Amino acid sequence: MSSPIDWRFMDIVAERSGQPIATCYQCRKCTAGCPTAFVMDYDPAQIVHMVQMGERRALLSSQAIWMCVGCETCGTRCPNGICVGRINDALRQMAAEEGVRVGAPAIYQFHRAFLNNLRRFGRVHEITMIVEYKLRSLDLLSNLDLGARLLLARKLPPLPQVIRRRQEIARLFEAAGAHAAETPEGRE
Amino acid sequence: MSRSYAFYPGCTLHSTGLEYGVSTRAVCRALGVELVEIEDWNCCGASSAHSLGGELADALPARNILLAQPLGRDIAIPCAACYGRLSSADRRLREDEAFRQQMEQVIGREYAGQARPRALLDILTSDFPPEELRAHLRKPLTGLRPVSYYGCLLLRPPQIAGAWDDTEHPVKLDRLLELLGAEPSRWTYATDCCGASMTLNRGDIVARLVGRLVSAAEDAGANCIVTACPLCQANLDGRQGRRPQPMPVFYVTELLGLALGLDEVTGLFGRHIVDPRPLLRRLGLLS
Ligand code: SF4
Ligand code: SF4
Repeated sequence: MSSPIDWRFMDIVAERSGQPIATCYQCRKCTAGCPTAFVMDYDPAQIVHMVQMGERRALLSSQAIWMCVGCETCGTRCPNGICVGRINDALRQMAAEEGVRVGAPAIYQFHRAFLNNLRRFGRVHEITMIVEYKLRSLDLLSNLDLGARLLLARKLPPLPQVIRRRQEIARLFEAAGAHAAETPEGRE
Repeated sequence: MSRSYAFYPGCTLHSTGLEYGVSTRAVCRALGVELVEIEDWNCCGASSAHSLGGELADALPARNILLAQPLGRDIAIPCAACYGRLSSADRRLREDEAFRQQMEQVIGREYAGQARPRALLDILTSDFPPEELRAHLRKPLTGLRPVSYYGCLLLRPPQIAGAWDDTEHPVKLDRLLELLGAEPSRWTYATDCCGASMTLNRGDIVARLVGRLVSAAEDAGANCIVTACPLCQANLDGRQGRRPQPMPVFYVTELLGLALGLDEVTGLFGRHIVDPRPLLRRLGLLS
């Protein structure tokens, strides 16, 4: 399915990600080494090509941009110094800002829950973070197995560690802009 | 010789990575290394801040670097993800004047370039002459055939992680394990990714990546895997599923503690999800 072409898209993404996207010549080395390419609807080399071709709508609503774990394999190996992980970061942030229908809602909600937890305590506390994530994603049953085993091994502390100067964290969130600090609703 | 580092534990060292924290402190104490925890440190933001947080990705770790400045020494960082984030922020503070000024103003501390973020594994494998470590050796790890697993961000991307070991074919952890009396097995998966934080939302993907790594370790003839990151260890240890013969996964500091004869470290092995004690008993390394 083709989507409308946005010819400014490549320049915007190149600017936001800091990656020399125009230099990609589709050698596909990034895809070859990507650990999660097998679950992406567009693989890393395709993502770069689609940015070049202005496929804005298809990319921002893709699931691939959320499947990237930021392992930096692509950026380390690309002959042209392009890190697709950084491009995916920019695309995720654009997707969140523009309120498109997110391609992988559970992963999006996980990052939200993580940042909210961090903002609240200054450090991340797994149990309260996982509870918020489960409530947000309604993904209540998966992974209880590992969670239960970790609790059994007494690994997850019941109480959060709270830093003293949380106002500095709040100011960092403010300085980073509203989309990082606030939770846009109705993303699914 | 006395050594001293600032210490950034990161959030997981109090929870899933508890054994890593305890063994790191114990090994450092035994080697006469001082670790000064950065006062009031905050979470580095991990993958969520660079996924959604824009500037937060560098701002959150930058606060820790500014807080460490008065300590005036290298920062030892046990987690690969924290190390990646703090290294990226340190580079930003060095090169981006506007960012540095903004951070200095919000945090109320000055950046003097005095506290260089370093991976704990880099410190353990670079800062100690072999003779010095050998002098502390109490129990050589004879019979242990580990594969060294670095995962993603300890060495990538080289411009940020620094070139403290070879990016694609790292060797320093193998050298350290040899020095401890183990026989590292050779494999080509040392820097493949374990799936990192996806473990909490797409455990199926992580299980598949971990399955591939453990099979590769078996093919290499290894009897255990050694990591230097709490996320790697939690994934590799916790996501082997119902493998008929699951493989124990150690932190490098646990094996150091074992070789140095530190009881507080060997007492941690019962907390692993894949119990390593049967293997260690079979090899006569644990009573
Ligand atoms: S490795 Fe670089 S040049 Fe090759 S396809 Fe990927 S982004 Fe393009
Ligand atoms: S950074 Fe993302 S796109 Fe690049 S190899 Fe890793 S998971 Fe794949």
